Amino acid sequence: MPNKLVEVKNLKKHFAVGRGKVLKAVNDISFDVYEGETLGLVGESGCGKSTTGRTIIRLYEATEGEVFFNGENVHKISGKKIKDFNRKMQMIFQDPYASLNPRMKVEDIIAEGMDIHGIYKGEKRRERVFELLETVGLNKEHATRFPHEFSGGQRQRIGIARALAVDPEFIIADEPISALDVSIQAQVVNLLKELQKEHGLTYLFIAHDLSMVKHISDRIGVMYLGAMMELADSEDLYAEPLHPYTKALLSSIPLPDPDIEESRERIILSGDVPSPISPPSGCPFRTRCPEAMETCAVKNPEWLEARPNHFVACHLYDPNLHKE
Amino acid sequence: MSETLLEINDLAVSFSTQGGEVQAVRGVSFAVAPGETVAIVGESGCGKSVTAQSIMRLVPEPPGRIKHGSIHLNGKDLAALSDKQMRSVRGKQIGMIFQDPMTSLNPTLTVGDQLTEGILTHENISKSEAEKKAVELLNLVGIANPQERLKLYPHQFSGGMRQRIMIAMALMCKPSLLIADEPTTALDVTIQAQIIDLFKEIQEKTGVAIIIITHDLGVVAQIADRINVMYAGEIVESGTVKEIFYKPQHPYTRGLLTSVPRLDGDRSQPLIPIAGTPPDLFSPPEGCAFTSRCKYAMEVCRAYDPAVTHLSDRHFTKCWLQDERAEKPF
Ligand SMILES: Nc1ncnc2c1ncn2[C@@H]1O[C@H](COP(=O)(O)OP(=O)(O)O)[C@@H](O)[C@H]1O
Ligand SMILES: Nc1ncnc2c1ncn2[C@@H]1O[C@H](COP(=O)(O)OP(=O)(O)O)[C@@H](O)[C@H]1O
Ligand SMILES: [Mg+2]
Ligand SMILES: [Mg+2]
Repeated sequence: MPNKLVEVKNLKKHFAVGRGKVLKAVNDISFDVYEGETLGLVGESGCGKSTTGRTIIRLYEATEGEVFFNGENVHKISGKKIKDFNRKMQMIFQDPYASLNPRMKVEDIIAEGMDIHGIYKGEKRRERVFELLETVGLNKEHATRFPHEFSGGQRQRIGIARALAVDPEFIIADEPISALDVSIQAQVVNLLKELQKEHGLTYLFIAHDLSMVKHISDRIGVMYLGAMMELADSEDLYAEPLHPYTKALLSSIPLPDPDIEESRERIILSGDVPSPISPPSGCPFRTRCPEAMETCAVKNPEWLEARPNHFVACHLYDPNLHKE
Repeated sequence: MSETLLEINDLAVSFSTQGGEVQAVRGVSFAVAPGETVAIVGESGCGKSVTAQSIMRLVPEPPGRIKHGSIHLNGKDLAALSDKQMRSVRGKQIGMIFQDPMTSLNPTLTVGDQLTEGILTHENISKSEAEKKAVELLNLVGIANPQERLKLYPHQFSGGMRQRIMIAMALMCKPSLLIADEPTTALDVTIQAQIIDLFKEIQEKTGVAIIIITHDLGVVAQIADRINVMYAGEIVESGTVKEIFYKPQHPYTRGLLTSVPRLDGDRSQPLIPIAGTPPDLFSPPEGCAFTSRCKYAMEVCRAYDPAVTHLSDRHFTKCWLQDERAEKPF
């Protein structure tokens, strides 16, 4: 078994949203990320994917629960170790327009982290920037330009170069390709895969495009309304989804194949995702679940290993519930 | 199908901007038959929305200008209509749906008021009859408790619900053509599935023809009868859904198809992207606009615009590889 690089334990992130109301953006989720793997995180907008990523990298304080990086509790790190941690864990953002400072030259954007951490100084700095530009498929002439002179795909490449600049071990990519055209998405995804191989990187890849997540991830976690519903090897998840939500999600994805589409039976969920301010009792998915039972309104399902390495939170798979 | 609902001929649209003339649409021709669904696909900036705006005569002029070409709806030349006549065409014969329903809903009016007001401007009926119709429309688009919902304001609905309301508005006067510009792009997949289902259902019930603009090839495979693939302001390939998905002839179409992973695909196979980015439309290159990104580009592609080659009665492509002297790479 490979080494656990990141361990997320019963993580909660709640936001106060006025009038004493609390929005439970992430509500008690646990998972591990193994060294060298890509863990995909999927789910519909608002289900808590970004908040999970941001809490792991300490952009947010956790409301409850812990995150361990290389065995160290990240929300308790102090002193000199903070800087080290900040270097090893990097984030790539969705919006290649908003995430780059428009007044900075590309070389300074890429080198910002290197400057903060005091690595690659003087002549080395420039060399390193050129090398990174080349790594992400740009060239050294681009170093002195400003972000607005680049296309969306190129800006995302700059964002990737910036993340790579400080030799990270773990990269959280939050919808890194969602704003790009399909032809350009494929370029960026191929690049991320190559970089992973070359540098032994570990990824948390957040996205809502399940076909792309499956393509890039070794394992996939499915979130709904702040909770983790299912987690499995990506092949297993697609071949044998257990949770009714995962099944519906998979069957909603239109396939680029008209013959298959002609005869495909899909599960169309009714209604919308409930508000995370007043989520349903019991299982968060029960209001839209085609297989909901009485228990589902009463009891929150436990996180079970229903098959080897295949976890699910659903009463349908609770052995104690079906014993009688 | 010999009948034609909409016919576009050699349409060209430009915008004058500080940087110069943007040639957004460069000679587009296609037809839509009653009741069929035609998809327009292509990367952002290739002229899909401007094509749709031209049909509805909603291109902002200035900076936009229709340089040449004609658009006929039921045999009538839309360019010859007065603004007033055109407004009536937009309400009664062509319905429109956009990516972001909030831009076309009035945030200060209840959904009921907006619907009845719309119905009353196009039909000579009483207010209570119009209200009854509004309820029927919400029923048609699958909104439960329509009487209650009519009293709500647009912001009180979710994104998917708002899109349903937009569809209800577009269908108000039983149009013969619905133009939907990225109608599901802002929605989550489970909601997208609901909306696509709704389109199919409505088409079955009302026989409306649909032009759908989308960048999602999965959506296209699900809903379209025919596909126009646009690149840099031109249609570079057109055909039935099956012709485009299973026998794509233009290297650009092939590139779009190999860029997307398949749910049932092999993870170890890298995706095959299209290299580079689309050309800028200030000065579209001589010859074929795709040349600089094309794996199969030949000398001739740089210098001369390729001719249209017909491969079946509905399948055509604009590519030099079709020339009998060219070597066939696939
Ligand atoms: N800073 C914040 N303050 C209050 N609510 C927030 C904040 N950030 C996110 N949320 C809410 O938390 C929920 C989860 O959001 P997010 O993690 O961004 O979801 P996702 O990335 O899956 O779309 C949403 O309901 C969102 O509105
Ligand atoms: N109002 C406008 N003013 C200037 N340029 C415009 C305007 N509308 C569209 N364009 C340009 O026309 C081209 C085609 O745009 P559009 O049809 O919106 O592309 P898409 O295929 O993404 O829908 C783009 O280069 C765009 O920048
Ligand atoms: Mg997010
Ligand atoms: Mg558009």
